[in-house]
Amino acid sequence: MERTPYGFLLVAAGGFLGAVARHAVDVGAGAVLSGTPTGAGTLVANVAGSFALGLLLTRASSDRTFLFVGTGALSSFTTYSTFVADAVALGTPAGAWYVAVSYATGFAAAALGLAVGGRNPR
Amino acid sequence: MTAAPIFATALVGVGGALGAVSRHAVGLRVEGRRSVLLVNALGSFALGAITAAPIGSTAALLLGVGFCGAFTTFSSFAVGTVRAASETGARAGAAVAASNIAAALPAFLLGSFLVAESFG
Repeated sequence: MERTPYGFLLVAAGGFLGAVARHAVDVGAGAVLSGTPTGAGTLVANVAGSFALGLLLTRASSDRTFLFVGTGALSSFTTYSTFVADAVALGTPAGAWYVAVSYATGFAAAALGLAVGGRNPR
Repeated sequence: MTAAPIFATALVGVGGALGAVSRHAVGLRVEGRRSVLLVNALGSFALGAITAAPIGSTAALLLGVGFCGAFTTFSSFAVGTVRAASETGARAGAAVAASNIAAALPAFLLGSFLVAESFG
């Protein structure tokens, strides 16, 4: 499945939706906070996506679901490159704090997703 | 000039689809956490270059927000770090966490520097 054209199509469709949703969160956060870049939108997307991926990994019912929702949508909804760009734009020391807070909340969210999903197996 | 919202959405979406497919292709050739480290470093290098390049908002949305944003991933990285820590120990988790930022941050700065130099 994951090497088939259909598998790639599922990843592409999920990637389209994930990237669009991330951009919407970013535009929304920018509208709320207005002005200087804060990385808030990226942080929200990364933490929410990490929780959801943890949950999905313990609950995904098929390869198809995982390719579309996991590899496609959630992995594209979250981003590492924009996270690094935001940290650089914030400068020191704010950028270092941004990395630390993203890491701490992202790992906690992923662990929580895995724990919640694993607690009540289907 | 900024792109109209619907056009911007389409650019980000198409870039995101291509980024996700490219990441998936890397994932089929390179094993788990190493593939995440690889795409995060490569994508950060590319985003650094794109950020420094004198390109318009159309290319920035397609290549930067869409492609690089989706090619790299934080969720797979976070889940991979947590799993490394729970399966192999805290040191293994810390190594995954540290290696990604230690590779991606200099990669971003290098991409940005090289492009700024060539256009400066």
